[in-house]
Amino acid sequence: MPLAPAEQLECYSRMLRIRKFEEAIIAHNPVGHLSIGQEGAIVGACMALRDDDYVTGTHRSHGHPIGKGADLLPLMAEIFGKRTGICKGLGGSMHLTDTSKGLICESAIVGGGFPLATGAGLSIQVRKTDQVSLCFFGDGAANEGTFHESLNMAAVWKLPVIYFCENNGYAVTTSVEKSHGQPDIAKRADGYGMPGVIVDGQDVEAVHKVTQEAVDRARAGGGPTLIEAKTYRFDEHSNRLAIPIKYREDEEVAHWRGTRDPIALYRAVLLAHHPVSAIEEIEAAVTKLAEEAVQFAKDSPEPDMQDLIDSMYSNPIHFPADAGIA
Amino acid sequence: MRNATEKLSYLQAIVQAQREEMRRDDSVILMGEDIAVYGAQSLFDEFDESRLRNCPLSELGFTGVGIGAALTGLRPVVDLTIASFLYLASDQIINQAAKLRFMTGGQLKVPIVVRCSTYYNNRTAAQHADRPYSLLMNTPGLKIVAPATASDAKGLLKAAIRDDDPVIVFEDITLWGKKEEVPCDEDYLVPIGKADVKRPGSDVTIVAFAGTVPPALAAAEALSKDGINAEVVDLRTIVPMDKETILRSVAKTGRLVIVDNSHRVGSVASEVAAIVSEEGFDSLRKPIQRLTAPAVHVPYNARLEKQLFPGKDAIVAAVQRIM
Repeated sequence: MPLAPAEQLECYSRMLRIRKFEEAIIAHNPVGHLSIGQEGAIVGACMALRDDDYVTGTHRSHGHPIGKGADLLPLMAEIFGKRTGICKGLGGSMHLTDTSKGLICESAIVGGGFPLATGAGLSIQVRKTDQVSLCFFGDGAANEGTFHESLNMAAVWKLPVIYFCENNGYAVTTSVEKSHGQPDIAKRADGYGMPGVIVDGQDVEAVHKVTQEAVDRARAGGGPTLIEAKTYRFDEHSNRLAIPIKYREDEEVAHWRGTRDPIALYRAVLLAHHPVSAIEEIEAAVTKLAEEAVQFAKDSPEPDMQDLIDSMYSNPIHFPADAGIA
Repeated sequence: MRNATEKLSYLQAIVQAQREEMRRDDSVILMGEDIAVYGAQSLFDEFDESRLRNCPLSELGFTGVGIGAALTGLRPVVDLTIASFLYLASDQIINQAAKLRFMTGGQLKVPIVVRCSTYYNNRTAAQHADRPYSLLMNTPGLKIVAPATASDAKGLLKAAIRDDDPVIVFEDITLWGKKEEVPCDEDYLVPIGKADVKRPGSDVTIVAFAGTVPPALAAAEALSKDGINAEVVDLRTIVPMDKETILRSVAKTGRLVIVDNSHRVGSVASEVAAIVSEEGFDSLRKPIQRLTAPAVHVPYNARLEKQLFPGKDAIVAAVQRIM
């Protein structure tokens, strides 16, 4: 089913929330791995999910909770390492895991999310609910062993899992062409006995459509799907990592930024269906929200040592670490 | 029935613990390679197969699948079979299971049990025979148990399944066939984090766990003929370690021998020795004695393999050195 008018505006708002959230990070606390350029893939996938569907993500974690509709304030406080952060300041930029929106892991171990998303699918099947589990991963992660082990298990057991590749073309500086024997990652699906779909990740509604089909199939007991969204990372791998070589041409980056920006592309689509005022209203609101989030984060307190101890185990025990904290 | 017991082997007690917990709680599932044939075959007659997962050969994958299921409402028991295979699964255990609660600021809990057997003294050579307790001891966020008797195996496994944190259960192949009277009570739990004085004594403390408990008890028996009254403390849980029971015993005896089938460097014995050195030094009348496997790999040759692990005679000799 295509997006209804109100859903289209929500879709635009979420893409813009990712963009403005990260622009605020660049301006105020430049840490982390940015999703700018990849918003269409992320939000298109998330718009096909319910609040109670599970999501696992990656070190490039900011977009996933925002795409799933999470509140920006605790996310920004987490970026600043504050106690009011979604993870009490203990997880940080690579781990914006908001469990209230179904996120169960943002793994900075590349490929770490495959088994966890698959396990959520197993749990859904055992508990006999109609939830689904969606696993965001990058092109680099497709070369980890967990990809193979997890997709095979999901196919064997017909688990309700959508493996969603944000193929942004590069694992840090190594291109897909130089690291994948088969550069179309979705074509691997056939080897596992599941459907594989390639989609333009800069076209949010196209992403939504293929994800919705995979979600519907999973809810109906039809098993897993592998989706590959071809997208592009506008910024460098991480704000904090110096890249001493030129691994992609300036023209390539300029081409994507100039003509393949998912937000600009979708804005043009929306103008055909919505008054410009409706769009500008969203833009003003999201800009204000990002500023509020930064202020909230700046004003928030730091976590303390007791927070570390309290977060270790479910029941307070005299575990050996107690002697090590001065 | 409350006080009834039944004669069970260590392995039978483990199966019984799983059966009871699966009956008690629908969220308990079992996963592992060939579990339909080895270990859980009798459970297939009773439970829905969706709760009994014969897994493909994907130790890292299915351990992580268990963790993902634990994050989303189940209480999986993952049987890794042989502890040497734990290395394959270690990334998901260490980087995910042990850390997700912490890294999400307590939003998540990870109620998973990972079972594995230390498969030594069985002529399987170095890639099947490791006892990697201390490898995981250095990972905060895990609980680690290593029962030495059938009753403890049952009670600790049941406690582990009901626990909201990840628990690693090391089961000792040298104990599999050992039978004893095991409580039938379906709520029989052995608390995680509590050591057990298996034999009271006053002259020397012998700390042992898992497969070193029987030789420690045999040594204590032999020593009693020489008038030496040894106390045997079975750790049962390695993390969190029950240092109070160890320190109380050493305060009484003033002498400590630790018996551990790990390799010597950075072993469980090393940790016990460090705790007593820091917190019980004033009680010690003689230097602490560590009896461990040396830093060589387990050979295929059976005669040499047997010599690697501290037995009764070595324990008796260590005690006599410090009397």
